[in-house]
Amino acid sequence: MSGYRLPRGGAHVERDRPFSFRFDGEQMHGLAGDTLASALLASGRVLVGRSFKYHRPRGVMSAGPEEANALVEMRAGARHEPNTRATMAELYEGLEAASQNRWPSLAFDMMAVNDRLSPLFSAGFYYKTFMGTGQATWHFCERFIRKAAGLGRGTHLADPDRYEKRNAFCDVLVVGAGPAGLMAARAAAASGLRVVLADENARPGGRLHEDGASLDGRTAADWIAHELHELERHGVRIMPRTTVYGYFDGNVLGAVERVADHKPLPEPHEPRQRHWTIHARRVVLATGAIERPLVFSGNDAPGVMLASAGLAHAQRHGVAVGRSVVVFANNDGGARTALALDRLGVSIKAVVDIRREIPTALAAELGARGIRLETGAVVAATRGRKALSGVDIRGFDPASGALGANIMQPSCDALLVAGGWTPSVHLASQAGSAPVYDEQLQSFVPGSPREAWTACGAAAGMLDLAACLKGGRDAGLAAAAACGAGEGSLPPLPVLEGAAGAEHPFPVFDVPATGGAKRFVDFQHDVTADDIELSNREGFRSVEHLKRYTTLGMAADQGKTSNVNAIALMARARGLSAPQVGTTRFRMPYTAVAIGALAGRETGHHFAPTRRTPMHDWHLAHGAEMMPAGIWMRPRAYFRDGETLRDAYVREATMVREGVGLVDVSTLGKIDVQGPDAAEFLNRLYANGFAKLPVGKARYGVMLREDGIMFDDGTAWRLAEHRFLVTTTTANAGPVLAHMEHYLEVVWPELRVHVTSVTDRFAAMAIAGHAARKVLQAALAEGDVSNEACPHMGIAQGRIGTHRVMIARLSFSGELAYEVFCDWPAGLAVWEALLEAGLPERIAPYGLEALGTLRIEKGHITGAEMDGRTTLADVGLGGMASQRKPYIGSAMTSRPAFVDPARPVMVGLVSTDGAPIRAGSHLTARGGGASLGHVTAVTWSPALKAHIALAFLSGGRGRHGEALEAAFPLKDERVAVTVTDPCFYDPDGSRMHV
Amino acid sequence: MQKYSALSLLKNAFSGHRHWQPAWRKAEPKPAYDAIIVGGGGHGLSTAYYLAKEHGLTNIVVLEKGWLGSGNIGRNTTIVRSNYMLPDNNRFYEWSMKLWEGLSLDLNYNVMFSQRGVLNLAHTPAQLDDYARRGNSMRLEGIDAELLGPSEIAALVPGLDLSGSARFPVVGGLLQPRAGTARHDAVAWGYARAADARGVDIVENCEVTGFLREGERIVGVTTTRGEIRAPKVGVAVAGSTSQVLALAGVSRLPIESHVLQAFVSEPVKPILDGVVTFGAGHLYISQSDKGGLVFGGDIDKYNSYAQRGNLPVVEHVMSEVTAMLPFVSRLRLLRNWGGIMDMSMDGSPIIAPGPLPGLYLNAGWCYGGFKATPASGWCFAWTMAKDEPHPLNAPFTLDRFRNGASIDERGAGPYPKMH
Amino acid sequence: MRIDCPCCGPRGVAEFSYGGDGTLRRPDLATREAEPFSAYVYDRENPRGPHVELWHHIAGCRHWLRVTRNTLTHEILGVEMAGRFAGDAARIEGQGA
Repeated sequence: MSGYRLPRGGAHVERDRPFSFRFDGEQMHGLAGDTLASALLASGRVLVGRSFKYHRPRGVMSAGPEEANALVEMRAGARHEPNTRATMAELYEGLEAASQNRWPSLAFDMMAVNDRLSPLFSAGFYYKTFMGTGQATWHFCERFIRKAAGLGRGTHLADPDRYEKRNAFCDVLVVGAGPAGLMAARAAAASGLRVVLADENARPGGRLHEDGASLDGRTAADWIAHELHELERHGVRIMPRTTVYGYFDGNVLGAVERVADHKPLPEPHEPRQRHWTIHARRVVLATGAIERPLVFSGNDAPGVMLASAGLAHAQRHGVAVGRSVVVFANNDGGARTALALDRLGVSIKAVVDIRREIPTALAAELGARGIRLETGAVVAATRGRKALSGVDIRGFDPASGALGANIMQPSCDALLVAGGWTPSVHLASQAGSAPVYDEQLQSFVPGSPREAWTACGAAAGMLDLAACLKGGRDAGLAAAAACGAGEGSLPPLPVLEGAAGAEHPFPVFDVPATGGAKRFVDFQHDVTADDIELSNREGFRSVEHLKRYTTLGMAADQGKTSNVNAIALMARARGLSAPQVGTTRFRMPYTAVAIGALAGRETGHHFAPTRRTPMHDWHLAHGAEMMPAGIWMRPRAYFRDGETLRDAYVREATMVREGVGLVDVSTLGKIDVQGPDAAEFLNRLYANGFAKLPVGKARYGVMLREDGIMFDDGTAWRLAEHRFLVTTTTANAGPVLAHMEHYLEVVWPELRVHVTSVTDRFAAMAIAGHAARKVLQAALAEGDVSNEACPHMGIAQGRIGTHRVMIARLSFSGELAYEVFCDWPAGLAVWEALLEAGLPERIAPYGLEALGTLRIEKGHITGAEMDGRTTLADVGLGGMASQRKPYIGSAMTSRPAFVDPARPVMVGLVSTDGAPIRAGSHLTARGGGASLGHVTAVTWSPALKAHIALAFLSGGRGRHGEALEAAFPLKDERVAVTVTDPCFYDPDGSRMHV
Repeated sequence: MQKYSALSLLKNAFSGHRHWQPAWRKAEPKPAYDAIIVGGGGHGLSTAYYLAKEHGLTNIVVLEKGWLGSGNIGRNTTIVRSNYMLPDNNRFYEWSMKLWEGLSLDLNYNVMFSQRGVLNLAHTPAQLDDYARRGNSMRLEGIDAELLGPSEIAALVPGLDLSGSARFPVVGGLLQPRAGTARHDAVAWGYARAADARGVDIVENCEVTGFLREGERIVGVTTTRGEIRAPKVGVAVAGSTSQVLALAGVSRLPIESHVLQAFVSEPVKPILDGVVTFGAGHLYISQSDKGGLVFGGDIDKYNSYAQRGNLPVVEHVMSEVTAMLPFVSRLRLLRNWGGIMDMSMDGSPIIAPGPLPGLYLNAGWCYGGFKATPASGWCFAWTMAKDEPHPLNAPFTLDRFRNGASIDERGAGPYPKMH
Repeated sequence: MRIDCPCCGPRGVAEFSYGGDGTLRRPDLATREAEPFSAYVYDRENPRGPHVELWHHIAGCRHWLRVTRNTLTHEILGVEMAGRFAGDAARIEGQGA
């Protein structure tokens, strides 16, 4: 037993609301308002975790986001969550937590053998060994290394919780609700601006709780409550439990609100966390500062803690972190903390200060309270492995850095360490220049802003309360002024009594090693002072090399307590100053953020929107298996009882060849092109001519990219002199529209054309087969689709039932076929009307597989052939390209590689041994050899009664009739094939011209 | 060079590691060398190493404007693979793979090349056909590849969303078992140490400020640490290629610089064995030996030299990773950074003599630079030493664009943001 | 990053699609030689600093914008309508003043 609950005090806890919780299966008790860390400390728990590399026993070291040691696994089952900082986890009834990175138990961890072997495991040891005879040695060793590494365990179960996203817009965002942030928000809000105040903690106030000052005669807690009330009155949005983790370009900040992490479970319909994208005109960074530890032998023993944390646990939670406490400091914070704790009833054994002298007032008060003070002294070592049992206090010469005589070796169960303050410059650095070194603080303060922010308070190096309050108010006023706000009523600064002054450190951060014990700089990653020296010795001297070679600052705590000490040590080793060594770059996130919160709702089924045609439900009701086509869903085939996919598509394709079928093509991209220059525009876009297309006719066209490669194909229907309806492939609907808009707006602004996407204005279906005309005519209440009125490529208008339809006689299948367009909401009615009219002809719908079969039989291309590398000539459409006009890509098509005779060109393949050809096969000579080309599309052709394919074959145009193999080495398959013309069926097109 | 081994580690452990020497000398630049390599990243250092090792050119210098390995060698997601479809690509990357397989021993530096497999997930039959084309292309070139079905994938990658509610269900995948990951920084350090041991000077904090010319010919460079002359100057500065070549008067290149973000989660015990990519978007993820999930997605899709990206891409990548592996949702994003990619016009690199006499260019790596490090240096060294490309890099010329001979693995066209 | 669209006001970058170098001029329609097109299609100055570039407000007004942006800092230095509406934007702005 070590820590305990003090009989009184604790501004955050509710003494009449006890909670029970479990840690490593053990039932414990805490209070509402506790963190898991404070509850564990109150329960006398010292050993809480194990470190990353050496599995050293560790206890709670902080009371905030910087916690490096007390990481736990929280919750169970699918909500299991590793690496949670016990100092940030609010206690709730029934909380379950477990220690991590230990086996079999926290107290007895087999992996602690690493600590015994630590002389081997110096920084970068793995680069020097495990090579043996090569890859096999490394792969063998790596398995063990991987198991030993990592911290907590994750789960493979899907996260059951929900995350939400919102945007917030404000004039002034204040980050941090400590004294500076509260004043900044007050000042900004006084001008009537929209102000948001976000703080990562459950309760606003920051370090004010520990300062000990009274403000306007109020206690800190009362003053904070009063300020919050005032802020609310001024309409400030106060966001507790909200961590602003990232500062992006354009004054966009990312924040995560922990909505339900402090509850056993989120309420029904409540998200676990909410991501906020905050758009602020000005930002005030009042992000505070984090206390630094000191570097000395055994400084990681459970029971060694930051002084500010020892005080915070007492002030906020009414917890004494030990029964016998020693304080070790290089600044006034040590003595102050000791005095404050003593006043709260915590037993202080001694104050050890590196400095030869401390302010006389502090020394006198310590004396008056009977607290022993050792100046010019250090804690040279600690005793106790799983719990601190005592410290060795020795004299110290600050000038030479040498240890002096033994002074005392008191027993103690807590050691509070105060090494000075590190401003939290994370956000400022993300959105500004490199941080600047401040000699007084012996740390870095924000550099110059790139975005519209002002830093204030401890974050800007203002360590005393008066400066924080004034700095906050000034920053708030400046932000308001920058937003153009008039003079508001200036909030008065509170009258302070008993405020602490700035705690500037004496510039000594480390104590020489004693007895070979390790001196930790980065606690979580077990990086020691020796590792930093080794890094320097081996030439890894730049601060980035130091980080990467030793992994310093790369643990889950991101070096919040270690980076500045490490820079000081490296600076000394290199004979440079700390600013010459510099910092690594700060990047988002400031503290680790749940990945689910950043994903929000756009995951799982909602990862992407799902687009459905108006006939979607009909398809499902009639046996269709749907498949994704981009974000659209399309029927693959309509299955009848007992049918396989092949049965279904063969039946459907046969039906089209022998009778009539109907296919939903609503997903085609559709673009309305209007204007006096519409024809000229399309003439430039398409490789073939469109200028002379008569009104009332449609034409197939192919567009190229500027580099002469095929981009998209489709049809354009000339509805009027100045109006075309352009269709695109499903996949390219968006890109073709953007392409058109680019040329119209940027390249050829003189063209009088406007384009509008009408993809979901029109439902579309194609009726195909020799009975198509008969069925369509029967369905038409108005309109004529006879060969005379609507010849091949003709357009007709009509009505089906009450719905107007637009018809173009186009064929993708090679059969007589019509595309029927109608208003999107009428799609289902028109679809059903066509099916009904086709009953005598035994019409049925067909899906993508049959569509594929029909087009392969005809040698028509799709995206599989237009794969972004092929030319018109490659697919046999070279003759289509106009020689008489320039078009996009025309000048590029005669470049050497485009006319290389060895280019793969499209051919047909017929399986000669009756075996199916697999898509993705490569063509080789019979018996094998190098790839001569590849197969793009395959089918069983009911019309040819053969397995056929489309393929690209090097120099293929002259190789029709050759016997090759379609090789599929992935499955050890080879199919004998004969090369043919890619148009297998009805090459003269007579069937669609009937 | 001090030999690294378990034994030397043990010996040094007994002496408190006081006798380790710097991994590479902090060389002072000499006024002249046989060759200069501009860029102390992975490619520049491996070029220097292979120039010394394979071609006996040891009087050479590597110039790095910042700290060694400060570019993309230390900013990537560490994936090594040769699962390319186009033969020009898969032959080159497979040669790289072979060099990777012997690299730790060759360098006497454990680069932790972990052949844990790279699995590409397919979500539609058409995508699986595409993967089959690629896998067959690999097999015909003698590269390992396996086509997997959903049940094999389920066994290989626990935690994948294989439920019916997945927006893009997994229908199969292509696995390259020999592919994997390596420790990125170690590659730079290992090459630096091994090149240094062969006499190569490595000069950090030395920025090239201009080129020395005799007529058209490049005969050296001016730097922040003085003039350095050499008959051959190789430039391997992906991310800054346009700036460095502009110093030589080459003002336009088929390259745009874009920022690619990378992400690391908090470390957890082993939870994801191999490398997996999501085919319904652009996402690749693996778990580092330290335990963090390392992943990335698309570039931010605007020109940038800022080494940091913006929130929309962050959010999209997180959507992808949780859609693929829903358990990742509860893990936390720990670190994020950006690297500046040389995005070329066809997604493939340039390793070629020119564009001026005496100058050699290694650039345009897009996303592919890390895995290419050994072969890139090997081929570039060959090209510099022999003044002509090796057959492996012969297709990767600068003039292929004008000739229409783009090597467009994705078929995305001359749009750098699409590759 | 936010772009102040002359048509829609300041909007998040996710609404826009990048269109690359905005200083390029497509060769005249009648140009038959490949070389001027090669220069247009492939060659980029790729500056580190202010860059004139095109953005398409694809989830907004769908206008193409010519944006001057610093590629090193991402600071946006200016936004105007590209092409056919460039003059209009200036005129409308003038009227509004």
